[in-house]
Amino acid sequence: MPDGILHRSARPTLAVKGVSKRFQIAEQTVEALRDINLTISKGEFVCLIGASGCGKSTLLRIIAGFETASAGAVEMYGAPIAAPGPERGMVFQDFALFPWLTVRENIGFGPRQRGLPKAKLDEIAAHYTDMVGLTRFADYFPGQLSGGMKQRVAIARVLANDCEVLLMDEPFGALDALTREKLQQELLEIWERTKVTVIFVTHSVEEAVVLSDRVVVMTAGPGRIEHDSRIHLARPREVSAIDFNQVRRDITQRLSSHVAVKSVSAAA
Amino acid sequence: MERVSELPVKAAGTSLLPKLMRWVTPLIVPVILLAGWDLCVRMTGTRLIPLPRDVAIMLYDFIFGGIYDDAFSKTIHIHFWKSVQRVYGGFFAAAAVGIPLGLLIGRISLVRNLLDPTLQMLRPVPVTAWLPLSMIFFGLGPNAAIFLVFLGAFFPIVLNTTFGVRSVDHKLFEAASMLGCNGSSLFRQVVLPAATPSIFNGLRLGHGFAWILIVVGEMTGVPEGLGAVIMDGRTLSRTDLVIAGMLVIGLAGFLSDRVIVAINNRLLAWSPQHHA
Repeated sequence: MPDGILHRSARPTLAVKGVSKRFQIAEQTVEALRDINLTISKGEFVCLIGASGCGKSTLLRIIAGFETASAGAVEMYGAPIAAPGPERGMVFQDFALFPWLTVRENIGFGPRQRGLPKAKLDEIAAHYTDMVGLTRFADYFPGQLSGGMKQRVAIARVLANDCEVLLMDEPFGALDALTREKLQQELLEIWERTKVTVIFVTHSVEEAVVLSDRVVVMTAGPGRIEHDSRIHLARPREVSAIDFNQVRRDITQRLSSHVAVKSVSAAA
Repeated sequence: MERVSELPVKAAGTSLLPKLMRWVTPLIVPVILLAGWDLCVRMTGTRLIPLPRDVAIMLYDFIFGGIYDDAFSKTIHIHFWKSVQRVYGGFFAAAAVGIPLGLLIGRISLVRNLLDPTLQMLRPVPVTAWLPLSMIFFGLGPNAAIFLVFLGAFFPIVLNTTFGVRSVDHKLFEAASMLGCNGSSLFRQVVLPAATPSIFNGLRLGHGFAWILIVVGEMTGVPEGLGAVIMDGRTLSRTDLVIAGMLVIGLAGFLSDRVIVAINNRLLAWSPQHHA
């Protein structure tokens, strides 16, 4: 599907409005985010990228409702977010699966909370287990799965709960390179099939360029949005292509130019 | 398709030698102890400690009768059953109070502030120190024994349950709340299963204490029970009876521990590292 995403509905699903976040650590106040503004449309695949400490994970956790902003608000379809909810599904780097539930039960956990009848529940669990290719492992416990399989379960778990925005916090960071590449492709297939909106935190420029419609570069101290650019490369993307490299170099430069300026001013 | 080789492979244990070793190895130490005991008694010529053979005869008489034909012959079932009732009465009461209390202490900081200091103060008090008071509270008889067993089993259960709840990975709560699981169903669906390994740790420890304390508990003047038999044996200077009682308690404790372990392994099928 070549670059069809821009033609999707431009209706803003999620709006981050003037969000700041300050943490109190001992006697010190640390400013993690300052005045973040970001509007994300339905079906968009957005990567947040930046060095560690730039607040990208904090921003994601505020969108998820796990933390509250010190100032500003996050709105979904115009309504402010106050708490975690099924429409925003987080995929954690360390999976956070329920170890005492099987693959099938983990995936069915959300629908079960809604009190659906058993037949419907089984149908949903089976559908999403199949979507991530784990039907053969449906009765395994998370402890018996590889990292890649665990992360597939985590993705299916939030999709099964009708999530509209998939929040992914360096989800493939703990995986080996081969598994990582495979999961990136699978995620793209799922994204194109389900039209889910994705906000994906990573510190890998290549991963951001492979996956997203839009890359948001963040900088640290305090966390701000440095740059917001669209990726116009046709899909599927080839990491060794010339235009891919150009985009990658461009984003890397934006990331590192800031780091360079910082180190010069620190030295002065 | 996924790489199946990453999955844990069940260890091959089907050949005869390892199987035999699994049964023989645990018996090595008891056999050495028995032999050492026998040798020491024979070498010193003491009359205060019986030979293993005399204890075996006593045990036989205790179970089947027909040798000494005294007050203890063929009475094991009576004593055993009384003690089992007291051990399990105290143990189940301790679990029934300790697990819910531990869950609350672990989860609700107000309850923790309210109860934890008091519990920590009561915990170091030896159960034997409670003996006079428990006899005043419950009179001479089985209830005082059950109370002492309860006290001994209660603390490990409540402390381990609290620990289990406190050490649940915070991300699991976040995951649950994002999936729409809150309030009391969070307790049942996340806190309880996540704390199960620690709860079972507490149950195993508490259960061990329950059997330990049955002798103290039956010092409270009950006529029957394995602890009472040991106390009688002491008064009558019948060491063979004392040792026979010790062996029965040890074996009963061992077997009922196996039952707990079996339940543990079944409930914790998801976590082989918690198998005992």
